[in-house]
Amino acid sequence: MGNKQTIFTAQQLDSYQDCTYFTRKEILRLFDRYRDLAPQLVPLDYTCQPDVKLPYELIGSMPELKDNPFRQRIAEVFSDDGEGNMTLDDFLDMFSVMSEMAPRDLKAYYAFKIYDFNNDDFLCKSDLEKTLNKLTRNELTEDEVRMVCEKVIDESDLDNDGRLSLEDFQTMIVRAPDFLSTFHIRI
Amino acid sequence: MAYSVNISQTDSDSESDFEDMGGSKPGQGTFRFIRESAASTQRCPESLQMDDFRGCTGANREDLPFTASGHMRDETLDTGQRKSLQRHHWSAATLKVLSSMPSRTAGINAVIPKYARDSSQQPQTSSHDSSHHSKPIQEETSAEEKQLVSNLRGLSVSEAMRKLRATPLSLADKMRVRRLAFRDVDESSFISRNIPCYRRLGVYISRTWSHCLFICLSVLTSLQLWHSPMKILSGRFGTGVLSYFLFLRTLLLFNLFLFTINGLFLVFPQAVNPPPHDPHSNNFTGLELLTGTGYLSQSVMFYGFYTNTTLTTCRAANSNATNTADLPICDPHQPHMVPYSIPAAYLFTIAIAFFIICIILVMSKSFGRSFQVLKSNRDLAGNIFCIWDFKVSKNTSVRLQSEKISTQLKELMSELTSGEDAKSYTLRLCRLMVHVLAWVTCLISIVLSAMAVHYLSEACITQSPFKDTELVLPAVVSAINLLLPGLFNLCTWVENYDSPSVCVYVSIFRNLMLKVSIIGVLCFRWLGRIAVEPVNHGLQCWENCVGQELYRLLLMDFVFTVLYTFLGEFLWRLFFKQVLKRNRKPVFDIARNVLELIYGQTLTWLGVLFAPLLPAVQILKLFALFYMKKSSVLLNCQASRQPWRASQMTTLFVFLLFFPSYLGAAVSVIYTIWTIKPSTECGPFRNLTTMFHSGKLWVQQLESSNTLLFWLSKAYDFLVENPLFLFLVNGFFLIVIYVHSQVVDGQRRIVSQLQKQIENEGKDKKFLITNLQALYERSSLVSPNR
Repeated sequence: MGNKQTIFTAQQLDSYQDCTYFTRKEILRLFDRYRDLAPQLVPLDYTCQPDVKLPYELIGSMPELKDNPFRQRIAEVFSDDGEGNMTLDDFLDMFSVMSEMAPRDLKAYYAFKIYDFNNDDFLCKSDLEKTLNKLTRNELTEDEVRMVCEKVIDESDLDNDGRLSLEDFQTMIVRAPDFLSTFHIRI
Repeated sequence: MAYSVNISQTDSDSESDFEDMGGSKPGQGTFRFIRESAASTQRCPESLQMDDFRGCTGANREDLPFTASGHMRDETLDTGQRKSLQRHHWSAATLKVLSSMPSRTAGINAVIPKYARDSSQQPQTSSHDSSHHSKPIQEETSAEEKQLVSNLRGLSVSEAMRKLRATPLSLADKMRVRRLAFRDVDESSFISRNIPCYRRLGVYISRTWSHCLFICLSVLTSLQLWHSPMKILSGRFGTGVLSYFLFLRTLLLFNLFLFTINGLFLVFPQAVNPPPHDPHSNNFTGLELLTGTGYLSQSVMFYGFYTNTTLTTCRAANSNATNTADLPICDPHQPHMVPYSIPAAYLFTIAIAFFIICIILVMSKSFGRSFQVLKSNRDLAGNIFCIWDFKVSKNTSVRLQSEKISTQLKELMSELTSGEDAKSYTLRLCRLMVHVLAWVTCLISIVLSAMAVHYLSEACITQSPFKDTELVLPAVVSAINLLLPGLFNLCTWVENYDSPSVCVYVSIFRNLMLKVSIIGVLCFRWLGRIAVEPVNHGLQCWENCVGQELYRLLLMDFVFTVLYTFLGEFLWRLFFKQVLKRNRKPVFDIARNVLELIYGQTLTWLGVLFAPLLPAVQILKLFALFYMKKSSVLLNCQASRQPWRASQMTTLFVFLLFFPSYLGAAVSVIYTIWTIKPSTECGPFRNLTTMFHSGKLWVQQLESSNTLLFWLSKAYDFLVENPLFLFLVNGFFLIVIYVHSQVVDGQRRIVSQLQKQIENEGKDKKFLITNLQALYERSSLVSPNR
């Protein structure tokens, strides 16, 4: 199955294959996509594990993410430094979780982190408002946004503290069968 | 303590308490706050929050300020403080108690590694106390990872990999855990491991098997057909339209499988040994491709080509049949080919192919999911978080999606604010009349079209020569299939259903009724009229005739689909643009197109018995259809404004593929094989009472020719022909099914009970917390110092 590639060692490829939902061929294809973003920054030889990080501007310019209103949050969640600058590992991790083979609980965990704008492990009202505004491109009035947020918290807040924890979010996702098909990026 | 929480502020917003944490980022501050409060409640039991409530341990119910229904008992608190008892105004102390609840701390412990590393790597700007607290976090991180590593070591390799992949750690952490957990597995050899020798072979076999499986899987996934066109389509139109094309690809794979099996076991052996050629049907005009007669009827395509011979490489010593006269005599001491009986091969290939398709359909994940108990998706929260389709990447489609979401939300909000529409009686009666009228119209049109097809087919039959009006019946059937769904769509538009999903289901149901009735009438025509009295209609080979009719139906369907795509979508768009000067493009009707695909597949399954190469025709048709529909959708259509529940629709379509389509075809094929007399002059089953007889004859032949297979046939006789055995096997399966259904029932009941329990727990919690808060308020009012 083509042992001619010199980008990764066999152990590295095995390790990537075991820890993501991609096959060898897909991992190499993703590496090509990563390198195409900045050919002068990314070396062709990853056997020595170089420490290369692509800035968020390049990641956010990918055609799959360019027009997505949540692209900044996605990059921040999956990047190590929390600013959106991604190494190859972060890049592979991101597309592995967003692929169609990732299980629902894993996707729910990362979706929770993406929608948690202030990184406080809870979806509070301001997080919901920001999510809504991004979903509708600020087309709803403030009253409508407030009403929707209150209804959302009413419906899914199981422990009644005024905000959604990860457990509330996961319970809600179980009841929504469309989540797996919409939280999916094809690469 | 390093954080600065102002406990005296009881009437401020609860969120501001969290935002006033120290100098570090809110995330880390909150995290440390939560960790420390958990630690503090463990370390100092007589902390602030516990002191206040010590006096209330002996209180009975009347002392509690709030009743179970939430009404205030005590009037000592004024409105300002009453407001603070509402959920969003709980005091910091109450929130501290809440955050140290076991459910909260357990949940965060599971995600410690990533967060702890972030917090410990941040520069520590606060006092030395915080650095003192960060060290235990780091130690617990490696303890957590050690726990994970030891868990993984206890499982088998594949299980451990699956669990590791599903753990929410970053990729670098996962690779480190993997290295730690499987270091021993990789380095040790078989000899140094303590495997007993009798298990070594089993371990070796299982490792090679999983290796092979992995390679096969990667080969299959690399064969991804149409990957980039699908990506373009999903980027522009989203998951709904994509599901149509995915369904098309699934059907293509089914047909490829059928074609391969038929080709290998049926077409190839017979094509290598063709029957004597009939000379007078050699002229080839282009029309034959469309009608399937003439040159094609003598080809490997149709039933008539196949003979009832047995292919052998040698003949038995005592046989004096003329067709094997030139073959050498069989030498029992030398290996020779098992005689390949074409009739038996025909019967068993078709039967086994149908059986395997049944298994694939039933075992497919989408099919199983359609029977799961799911609550209807009417809650808003699930809608908000699942509504954004991350696959959509084109700018205009993204904007369209946002508009769609805001429209949907506005409608939902208006529904909520206005409440139930107090419709007057006349309005409701009007709507009922409209519904009844629409349904009556649709049903009458279905019955009329079925009768039209029936009378047309009778007229075709009574006119003995079948040559002239061959294409009329398929054309009429395809025209009905094309025009009537448009009428149904018009009816649903007039009816103006409230919910778009009900609208979709109603139009699918009507379309399905139409197609089922038409196929039913046609089956009656073939199996009830043509097959039963073939001589009366001047037919020497009725199976050929039926096969040709199905071939014509399939092709006409394709021709009419091309016409519809061209007229319906392309010209419609031109009409709107040039004449009406509006920029509205038609919407791709997913349900209607999927039902067309299912209809075509039903025809293929019905016809595979009479025309073994029909799957090849269907494959070519699906290929052409994919590219045609793709270009049409990209040029002429726009994304729909209605939400499309992709996963529910996909399970519905797979279910429809199984239940009316596959089962109907399987039932008619079984009926044909079991009861109908095959024609006497053509085909592999001539001179037999039923097609099924050939199986029995083959078994008898086996007994006489080869003693090795004698025992196999004896076992077949004993087991399969024995009604007692069949009864026992059926009884066993029925018992298993009954037990499983009881288990599922019980689980469903437990699930609903647990849901009720969760709701009650939530209410209990709210009750307790409100009362705690009220007591705290009361005691803080009473005590002079806070």
